[in-house]
Amino acid sequence: MIENTGYARTRRTLSATARLLSALNLDGPLLVALGLLAIYGLVILYSASGQSVDTILRTLMRMALGAAAMLALTHAKPHFLRHLSPWLYAVGILLLFVVAATGVIDKGAQRWLNLGLFRFQPSEVMKIAVPMLAAWYLHDRGLPPDWKSLLVLAVIIFLPAGLVAMEPDLGTAALIAASGMLLVLMAGLSIRVVLVLLLLGAGGAVLGWNFMHDYQRERVLTFLNPQTDPLGAGYHIIQSQIAIGSGGVFGKGWMNGSQAQLDFLPERSTDFIFSVVGEEFGLIGLLALLALYLFIVGRSLWLAMQTNDTFSRLLALSLALTFFVYVFINTGMVSGLLPVVGVPLPLVSYGGTSVVTLLAGFGILMGLYSHRKLVGS
Amino acid sequence: MASPVRIKDRWNEQRLFSQRTLGAILVIAALVLTLVGRLIYLQVYRYNYYVALSVGNRVRLDPIPASRGLILDRHGTVLVDNEPAYQLELIREQVPNLNDTLQRLSALGLVEPDEIDETRRSIFARRSFDPVPVALRMTGPQIGRFAVHRFEFPGVDLATRQTRHYPYDELAVHALGYVSAISEEDLQHIDRAKYAGTALIGKLGVEAAYERLLHGKNGYREVLVNAMGRSVQRVGAYAPELGYQPPVAGDDLVLSLDLLTQQAAEEGLGDHSGAVVAIDPSDGDVLALASKPEFDPAQFARGMSPREYAALADDPDKPLLNRALRGEYPSGSTIKPTIALAALTYNVVDPYKTIYCTGIFRLPGSSVVWREGTTDGRHGEIDMQQAITRSCDVYFYGLASTLGVDRIDTFLAPFGYGRLTGIDISGEKPGVLPSPAWKKKFFKRPQDEVWFPGETVNLGIGQGYLLVTPLQLAHIAGVLAERGKSFRPRLLIGTRDADGRISRIPPVEDAGVQGVSNSSWDLVLQAMRRVTTCEDVPLFGETCGTGHAAFKGAAYQAAGKTGTAQVFTVARNQRLTQHVAERLRDHAWFIAFAPFDHPRIAVAVLVEHAGFGAEAAAPIARRVIDAYLLRQYAPSADPAAAPPKSIPKPKPTARPAAAHSTATPSSAPVRQEQP
Repeated sequence: MIENTGYARTRRTLSATARLLSALNLDGPLLVALGLLAIYGLVILYSASGQSVDTILRTLMRMALGAAAMLALTHAKPHFLRHLSPWLYAVGILLLFVVAATGVIDKGAQRWLNLGLFRFQPSEVMKIAVPMLAAWYLHDRGLPPDWKSLLVLAVIIFLPAGLVAMEPDLGTAALIAASGMLLVLMAGLSIRVVLVLLLLGAGGAVLGWNFMHDYQRERVLTFLNPQTDPLGAGYHIIQSQIAIGSGGVFGKGWMNGSQAQLDFLPERSTDFIFSVVGEEFGLIGLLALLALYLFIVGRSLWLAMQTNDTFSRLLALSLALTFFVYVFINTGMVSGLLPVVGVPLPLVSYGGTSVVTLLAGFGILMGLYSHRKLVGS
Repeated sequence: MASPVRIKDRWNEQRLFSQRTLGAILVIAALVLTLVGRLIYLQVYRYNYYVALSVGNRVRLDPIPASRGLILDRHGTVLVDNEPAYQLELIREQVPNLNDTLQRLSALGLVEPDEIDETRRSIFARRSFDPVPVALRMTGPQIGRFAVHRFEFPGVDLATRQTRHYPYDELAVHALGYVSAISEEDLQHIDRAKYAGTALIGKLGVEAAYERLLHGKNGYREVLVNAMGRSVQRVGAYAPELGYQPPVAGDDLVLSLDLLTQQAAEEGLGDHSGAVVAIDPSDGDVLALASKPEFDPAQFARGMSPREYAALADDPDKPLLNRALRGEYPSGSTIKPTIALAALTYNVVDPYKTIYCTGIFRLPGSSVVWREGTTDGRHGEIDMQQAITRSCDVYFYGLASTLGVDRIDTFLAPFGYGRLTGIDISGEKPGVLPSPAWKKKFFKRPQDEVWFPGETVNLGIGQGYLLVTPLQLAHIAGVLAERGKSFRPRLLIGTRDADGRISRIPPVEDAGVQGVSNSSWDLVLQAMRRVTTCEDVPLFGETCGTGHAAFKGAAYQAAGKTGTAQVFTVARNQRLTQHVAERLRDHAWFIAFAPFDHPRIAVAVLVEHAGFGAEAAAPIARRVIDAYLLRQYAPSADPAAAPPKSIPKPKPTARPAAAHSTATPSSAPVRQEQP
């Protein structure tokens, strides 16, 4: 009897939770995974920041802001978002020009708008605005896109990406470009065209080399052979690999990573926090983190597949895949697979407005899912 | 109407999205597998490699310098020990701007401005993370000044180091040597790893000769450091067992020197330039090795400015010259006993046959005149013993001439003339035992290479080309005392390791002098004994030896020989006067050994520009022998007049206790002789 009562109560509670999530247009599994990731991130950030409570509080504030944005955006209906797309994109482009003109210069790059209370990175807006506009553009057109559409899409994608790259913020520019290009790819861009574009890209890379800033070239060169400059440009990569490698399977233990705690690992609470996980929690910790990320990506893809209008599906797929690109660029960078570009580990790295953008993105994704047109209705 | 198309599109779209999503999932899977593969490579396959790098990153070896060994005299009295001193150390990799830092240290008066270049060189000669001393032995005000400005000098810090302390200041400096900062040149021939943390290195004398024993083995401490190289104190898994290797103190050296004898020698020389060497003839132990003037070894350990060093190096009295080892002088009449032995051994003379000493010698068929060197001129009727005791030149002009240069050289060489004694400190000079072959080699012009018979005559009284060092003559006096047995002079007779165990080093006996009959030895040594006495000699009556005044009232029987080394060659037909300028006056020699029957000490005394040997040198020899045999000696020049002086105490120093941790003299099982 007692057990039955308890079981019944649990069932009632569960169904109550489900009802609440449903009312809020939230997806339970994705929300739980994001929550676990946030907690994991805070745990490692506490260690990486040198037990800085201040850092944790700031991150919690950003997460709260992001959660608010997420909750708000889940209620946005697809057609509202669709109609919002051109306006958001236009505002974003405008802000990028403003940054170029008046933005705050920090570490040699001009990325921020000072809004008094906090500094705001307009490039973050473009991470969502670009796939939104691309999806908006393709929504009324047949798929796969024809050549004319591709040209328009190229402008939509590369205008903001180019502006951000000139700030210069190569990492964000790559992510913006990736979000748009992934969308086009999902929209059915023929594989032949992809190959042609890859060739063109290679040519563009050669051209781009000539337009790169010295520090960007240095990053590429250092990536190709970090040992050439172990105390200069290669220092980050070498120390990061030492941190990960010396963590072994089980890690050195929380707050016991010598590379991180004794300052050998640069940018340990921001771009290189993945190395701290590797050093302190070992391979097991890294695999657990990757599993969380993969679950989030997988769940996001599943949610995207459930939507049934072109705009929603393209946007949702793009958001999910961009999130993966985000993860892969950062982890590939700190483990020495990719060059060092300033891409933070999503939802774990400290600082920036990316937490807000990312959670907003997941809010949109959940919203698109819950506002999907059910088949037959 | 559009509806069917839309529916078809929708199906197409659905299929397209499914295909593309599947493709994306495959790509994601491939990328994730690559990433996981990379992580396994880093964390499993290359785990050990990266662990080593990570440990290398955070662990630094801090050297702990070993305590330098003490130097003791033969009775265990500490002649050289260590005391704490503050020094300024710089770690290159922690200094943001080395040139600027050195300039500012110089502005604070901590580094001499003219030493900045040398300091910078020595900094770059060391590894970037080794602390390099930039200012040794800082004074109180300097420490205060630095403390105030300390925050302006990252990478520069005060450190306590042991430095060398010489309780008796300049005493025996030419035997003990000194230590000073490790120079670039030193770094060429030492193992840098073994000297990390060591500031001072032996430069001369015992300090240099036994550097390896004295230095000991530096230890190290593993220190946890952060990326900036600063040591950090943290407990955790990233700081597992930090290694610690304690230093092993250098061995203490037990020297043959006898403090009291050494002091007697140095006080005896007083302000004169000169040298005294005393040797135990039965084993080669150097009991005293003094060269005057001296210098303070402490200033080398402290560090000198180039100006200070120049003043020392350019001093006309040459305090840096070790006259005992490197001063080469004509032996003067001290050669006569050996010439007499040669004549007896080659049987070219009847020692009891008397000649009449007129004060003048002529080679047959030559008009050149050799005169008696001493001012009193003629000795009258003399035999060989009288000629030694009263130092008759004319007798030995004849002997040398009869012997010929070849036989003299053959006989004299085993005594040690013209060759290194082999003493265990470096810098010794061999002197010259001239021969026709030597002359051929030494001179360039053919007319100078010819050996003239007159040069053999000169050799008979130790003038001409013959040169000896005070050490050589002391050794030769020892060979005479031991009737031909020759022991290699040595300063080190034993070592005492960090645990207090003493290892004695056996003496080394060299070939020595062979083929001299006992009666010859008796005859010559008796003559030498009479040098120090006034006694009634059959046939000759009351005979006073040239050194008798100095040995009046001695409590033992001694044997000796005076000598006068000409500096300025007076024309042969002139008489020597007392009015020759100080620097051109002759050097005074005295060699002696005692007690006569069982010699325990052989001495050679050289006093530069002091004139006749008996007056200046013999009293010093008396004082040295008194000190060693009787454990007391007269502080004034007249041994009989003043009360005896007992073993002096070392000068008190500022430090509270002996700096050396492992050994104190009282605990050492070294024989302690009381006066």
